Amino acid sequence: MIAILDYGSGNLRSAQRAFATTGHDVQLTSDLDIAFKADGLVVPGVGAFAACMNGINAISAADVIRQRKSAGKATLGICIGMQILFSDGLEYGTHKGIGMWDGTVSEIEAPILPHMGWNTVEIIGTSQLFKGVEKESFYFVHSYAAKESVGKAQAWTIHGEKFLSAVEDGPLCATQFHPEKSGQAGLKLIANWSAAL
Amino acid sequence: MTLSVRIIACLDVTDGRVVKGVNFTDLVDAGDPVEMASLYDSEGVDELTFLDISASSAGRETTLDVVRRTAEQVFIPLTVGGGIRSVDDVDRLLRAGADKVSINTAAIHRPELISEIVDRFGSQVLVLSVDARRARTESGFEVTTHGGRESAGLDAIEWVEKACKLGVGEILLNSMDADGTRAGYDIGMISAVRSVAKVPLIASGGAGALSDFAAALDAGADALLAASVFHFGIHRISDVKSYLSAAGYSIRTFNNS
Repeated sequence: MIAILDYGSGNLRSAQRAFATTGHDVQLTSDLDIAFKADGLVVPGVGAFAACMNGINAISAADVIRQRKSAGKATLGICIGMQILFSDGLEYGTHKGIGMWDGTVSEIEAPILPHMGWNTVEIIGTSQLFKGVEKESFYFVHSYAAKESVGKAQAWTIHGEKFLSAVEDGPLCATQFHPEKSGQAGLKLIANWSAAL
Repeated sequence: MTLSVRIIACLDVTDGRVVKGVNFTDLVDAGDPVEMASLYDSEGVDELTFLDISASSAGRETTLDVVRRTAEQVFIPLTVGGGIRSVDDVDRLLRAGADKVSINTAAIHRPELISEIVDRFGSQVLVLSVDARRARTESGFEVTTHGGRESAGLDAIEWVEKACKLGVGEILLNSMDADGTRAGYDIGMISAVRSVAKVPLIASGGAGALSDFAAALDAGADALLAASVFHFGIHRISDVKSYLSAAGYSIRTFNNS
């Protein structure tokens, strides 16, 4: 079973349906017990960095993400759900993230923001997530990003400057883009992620 | 590695069906929105927009259902506009499966609506739709309401600047002079808005020849929206993408690997 952490409003319907294409049962949940026990946990993003952390803290979900990492259970952060895995975020002031990875999420230096639309990735290391879709485009919507190299494999994207577009770190993975909104390429990446569950 | 230009298909929806008018009159039924969304997705469209032109609340309920059914089978970004007046309207649409919403008249009447939506959901969900036409205002462009029939008494460039300050994440610029004519986008209008907008700019209204799409990009558009040229099969999405790719623009290829 794949659990999608529900900790605020937003479009979770697409995510639910996209992960269901893998054949797994998919549950939207804010129940920490279900979130811990799930074979895979998806942490979507909601609003800005601080709003997202407030949502995570309101249901005390940070510990579940830490415990899953220690237990070797797969977790996937998406968009702001990736950003809050870092130690700090600079959107509307300085805010603490969950701190799974050292690094600061800061504004992208580009003439036009948000970075909105389809862009490609450059992969460093051995990627499981991008198998078969290394050359494809993925859908991004964000103005902030992490720029430090963390984890065992990384994907990088350029919009004005180079930033981290995905991380694979054992059981903990994250994408800055929205795989659930990235058409067939996104569904393939989701299938790659869920194949290991 | 560059951000691709986006080709967006717009479906005008009323009571659960797609319609597209020429200058907003003479509506012609062009099909089922969910089916059309799915078709455009398979043809490689980068994004979809539903514009709800229903006059009744029953019509709007039907649109929510159309959004739900679309989000269940189409995994590319979906923007929904038309009749959005409150944060609650936005919440309903996002929960139904929309990724972004576009607002127009309600923001003209009450600009605070922009900050209210942005505070709750973030800039990235909010598209400001501007129906503009050439007029004797300071910039030479004014904002209209009622499908271009009435002046809103606002200079279009000043309005875009104000809305950007309030936090909109994207501008959808519709030329009411060019809409439905297939005589080309209003290039001067796109350039004028580009010079003040630091958020992504979608050009809309007037797409006809393939070269029109390139001209709008050269004027500063990040994305190109069209309706009737796609609905009536004058161009397929792939024709536009092939043309732009050959002309050196970065487009999302559809590798299907």
